[in-house]
Amino acid sequence: MVLEKIKEMLADKLGISADEITAESNFTELGLDSLDIAEMLMNIEAEFGVTVEADASLTTVGAIVAKIEELQK
Amino acid sequence: MLKSPICEMLGISYPVFQGGMAWISDGKLAAAVSNAGGLGIISAMNAEAGYLREQIKTARSLTDKPFGVNIMLMSPHADEVAQAVIEEKVPVVTTGAGSPAKYMPAWKAAGIKVIPVVASVASAKMAERAGADALIAEGQESGGHIGELTTMTLVPQVCDAVSVPVLAAGGIADGRGMAASFMLGACGVQMGTRFLVAKECGVHRNYKDMVLRATDISTVTTGRRFGGNTCRCIKNPFSREFLRVEYLPETTAEDVASLGTGALRKAAVEGDTKLGCFLAGQISGMVKEEMTAEQIVKEVCEDCETILKRSQTWVR
Repeated sequence: MVLEKIKEMLADKLGISADEITAESNFTELGLDSLDIAEMLMNIEAEFGVTVEADASLTTVGAIVAKIEELQK
Repeated sequence: MLKSPICEMLGISYPVFQGGMAWISDGKLAAAVSNAGGLGIISAMNAEAGYLREQIKTARSLTDKPFGVNIMLMSPHADEVAQAVIEEKVPVVTTGAGSPAKYMPAWKAAGIKVIPVVASVASAKMAERAGADALIAEGQESGGHIGELTTMTLVPQVCDAVSVPVLAAGGIADGRGMAASFMLGACGVQMGTRFLVAKECGVHRNYKDMVLRATDISTVTTGRRFGGNTCRCIKNPFSREFLRVEYLPETTAEDVASLGTGALRKAAVEGDTKLGCFLAGQISGMVKEEMTAEQIVKEVCEDCETILKRSQTWVR
């Protein structure tokens, strides 16, 4: 559920199809720089009602999903 | 009411130009801006003179106010377009991408006010020497072809270097930007991105939506590696692929030059969000509403006036 939403948000942002994004997708490889990632985290906070600190380990879609699911518990 | 020497020079009510945007600024948009009291500008783009004559005809059918034509000097049709503005008795010509010196005597003889777009002090001085009536100093915040300097640094340096009126362009979309431009020494502004979403602008719906949905970090520049053709556009699959190829070790300047061919048309006419090149300024993130040209001109100028009146609160 969280994964689908994140894929949708990223696809919208990047102008690509959500099918092109997987849990293994790396943000840098998708074309996001650190400013894009910060913007995405703000949007994620608004969408999921959680507070996510920027963290160097959050490099993939899967890592963000796991983080959100952990925060939602 | 704002007062500016550029209004007196051109016979317009507000010191606001609408930037000439290829595939976007047609006769209809230019007429709407001129009717609002600003200076609408038709882009002659890379087209033959026949296209421009059609657009001038359209503008004249919609307004009796002065309007301008922007001539891209790199256009293969620059010579015939330069002649067409004389024959069509266009009152104002703005130029981009090069030095207009070669056309200047003929334009001046025809009574055309010539206002080159410049991105450095040296090109400003050369344009003034060639007979420019005013200048548009355009910073790299702008969409489309850009130089290196920002509006904040370029405008005061150009103002110090020349004695003709200077308009500021690049990163201006509201009354604050306009007021700041006056503080930097400019006597007016040119806005592109803000007018791109004007109700009278006929650009593809998807292009407007790209601008309206943009944030502060949505634009990127392509073509910087080899220089000469640096462009600001909205990040999308086209810009990402362009940048990927641009920075491959084996890529040459010639490869880069051909990368963007036809992509602006794909964006502006076809609305292709994947393969189109959506030229837009850094200020896109602040452009959130589609309004008429008249509403835009009035809002920007009224807000500017309020801010300028309030500016004395900073002085003891």
